[in-house]
Amino acid sequence: MSDVNTVETLKEPLPVPEWLTVSSSPHLRGPESVARIMWTVNLTLLPAAVWAVAVFGWRALVQIVVSAGAAMATEWMVQKLRKVPVTALDGSAFLTGLLLAFCIPASLPFWMTGLGSFFAVFVAKHSFGGLGQNIFNPAHIGRAFLLASFPVQMTTWTAVKSHAAGAVDGITAATPLGIVKEEGFAAMSEHFGSGAELYWRLFMGNVNGSLGEVSALLILLGGLVLVWKRYIPWESPVIYIGTVGLLTWAFSGDGGVFTGDALFAMLSGGLVLGGVYMITDYVTSPITRKGQMIFAFFAALLVWLIRTYGGYPEGVCYSILLMNCFTPLIDRLVRPKRFGQEKGATHV
Amino acid sequence: MVFRFQGGVRVPHHKALTEKKLVEDLPMPERLIVPVSQHIGAPAKAEVKRKDEVKKGQILSRAGGFVSAHVHAPTSGTVAAVEERPNPVSGKALSIVLEPDGKDEWLEGLPMAERDPQTATPDEIRQAVQAAGIVGMGGAAFPTHVKLAPPKDKPIDAVLINGAECEPYLTSDHAAMKLRPDDMLLGARLIMKAVGATRLVIGVEDNKPDVLRDLEKRTAADPDISVAALPSRYPQGAERSLIHAVLGRKLPAGKLPMDVGVVVQNVNTAIAVSDAVRFGLPAVDTLITVTGSAVRDPKNVRVPVGARFEDVLAFCGGFASEPAKIIYGGPMMGFAQYSLDVPVTKSGSGILCLGAGDLDRRPLQACVRCGRCLTVCPMGLVPTRIAELVEAGDFDGAEEAHALDCVECGCCTFECPSRRPLVHAIRTAKLVIRDRMRKRV
Repeated sequence: MSDVNTVETLKEPLPVPEWLTVSSSPHLRGPESVARIMWTVNLTLLPAAVWAVAVFGWRALVQIVVSAGAAMATEWMVQKLRKVPVTALDGSAFLTGLLLAFCIPASLPFWMTGLGSFFAVFVAKHSFGGLGQNIFNPAHIGRAFLLASFPVQMTTWTAVKSHAAGAVDGITAATPLGIVKEEGFAAMSEHFGSGAELYWRLFMGNVNGSLGEVSALLILLGGLVLVWKRYIPWESPVIYIGTVGLLTWAFSGDGGVFTGDALFAMLSGGLVLGGVYMITDYVTSPITRKGQMIFAFFAALLVWLIRTYGGYPEGVCYSILLMNCFTPLIDRLVRPKRFGQEKGATHV
Repeated sequence: MVFRFQGGVRVPHHKALTEKKLVEDLPMPERLIVPVSQHIGAPAKAEVKRKDEVKKGQILSRAGGFVSAHVHAPTSGTVAAVEERPNPVSGKALSIVLEPDGKDEWLEGLPMAERDPQTATPDEIRQAVQAAGIVGMGGAAFPTHVKLAPPKDKPIDAVLINGAECEPYLTSDHAAMKLRPDDMLLGARLIMKAVGATRLVIGVEDNKPDVLRDLEKRTAADPDISVAALPSRYPQGAERSLIHAVLGRKLPAGKLPMDVGVVVQNVNTAIAVSDAVRFGLPAVDTLITVTGSAVRDPKNVRVPVGARFEDVLAFCGGFASEPAKIIYGGPMMGFAQYSLDVPVTKSGSGILCLGAGDLDRRPLQACVRCGRCLTVCPMGLVPTRIAELVEAGDFDGAEEAHALDCVECGCCTFECPSRRPLVHAIRTAKLVIRDRMRKRV
């Protein structure tokens, strides 16, 4: 304090604010919000959705609109009934609807789609307490519900426009995995080609299947954006898809061990969609990175078991629903390492 | 080389308001409110009573033990009262109300004739620091002389000067490093001597390139001093994160820096050590940043301990707009105030006045288990889990989930997309757990 004088600047008393906010630190908040995350995820699915419409025609668009619309309407209704704040527009219900639409054939009657979407949001999400509380992936519960209720319609596939000359909407065709299950790998190759040609078609999205099963490429691109935004970890999709490929290569070949078609296994069905968008669902997967990796590995094991030994041609949906049951257990057993603690001291 | 510490978030800096401004001295206000105890540890006891005449540098309250610190009169004047007064950290605290006489007369013998710092022995350094009542100015206000007296079985090899200043808005450490770099280096040398350390590292975030360049030039000839340019990432200046980043040593919860051979001191603390050893000057003023969108003229100001917010803010031109929140310290770890009739204390670093537009009033949502709070936690905790346990009233569970490890840096709450008050919940847990521990003993 060099010079000493009184505060000359203060001629009149400082106006004391009428009210001050008093709260616990931190007083700054980051820009992220649930709605921003959810809508970003939805946005990354847009290219795949557009491609699905291009491949399957207007029915695919209506499926998406019906499914997402029903999901949001259900959320609105439930929240009104529960007298809790309505979050139907936060993108989460939309995502459930969109993902459900990606898991069904374009030919499914629309009312069934709507019913499945209602079931997903009403039963799988809100009967457990709403966002953050649900144990099972709502979209997959919706799909499992539809498959159990309408098995024929859920396994009747629309042929893609460019496949099977002269195909029009509504003509049924089998999926590659379906033919492998029923008639074997060789029969599938007759329909869809083999080697590079087959892989290319699977990759680009030119085979029959659910809306979201058609293009591995566009789903993977969406996944890359999510990894870049740090919304999902890269490990889970890689472990999930990679393990299915490895197991298939090692044990599922016609000519003994290490003769299976890994690329086919990885690109076909809903594996890529499940690996990028379903096992990475925040609410229903473990909270630690390590737990997520364990989850992905065992889910992959289940996919391979179901595809190889099970009654269904595809196992993505059930693999994830089954693993959802283990999420609380994994979270109980796998804890992050405390800073500076030696190994073993973690659970003291 | 610099290591990347665990966790952390990228925060907006908001330092442009004051980072280019020089330090101004606050004219002596008409009244000072000097809290009797301004540190962590055994409380100090008031030594003056109403109507006592005091000189600048005279002891107002005496340390209540070794882990304690004296409080000195920031100026000469009359004690108007010794009573409970609003406090920016603890709500209310016993304080000495001092009415300056305007003469600012030092106690006889102060400042001392300059002592050659080269000749000061470790014991003399410790005694000078203890006599000056210096406490850590990084915020925790731990008595500095205690840190300078490590036990024999904990050899110290490194002294770390913390100039990271990772809190947004604050520039008081930055200003001090520009204003008194040589005094800081001298203080750091004295600290090294006191603890017997052989190396000195000065850690500064790379958003202060002017200081980094300057310090590198000043220390180029000293092989035992290094200047570490740290990535500007919050909480870079948290003690554990800093030690990890600079030395690669991991300090677990419950341990002290001396357990890994380190003593960490804030920039302004080092300067205070230099003043105490050379001139016998007590810690009677502090350098703070007065900033935020609601302040008309944001400044770096040196204020006497005990200056009320009202007087400091008046010196900075008052309010440019209606303040919605007034914070003592930075926005990540500072304390929100309910009154302007609170004093700046020894460890003060800033007064931040935020307008309504700076506050996030978006509604709270349910946890979506995104796991961001785990990723950013520098202590490797699961903040959302502890918060859930607290909400359920399960404090044993919260203790098992290591709630006590939390350093309250605020990263989890900053990052939470559902805007859940995680730190607040964990703080609650810590209070309850500590309270239970005391009752158990």
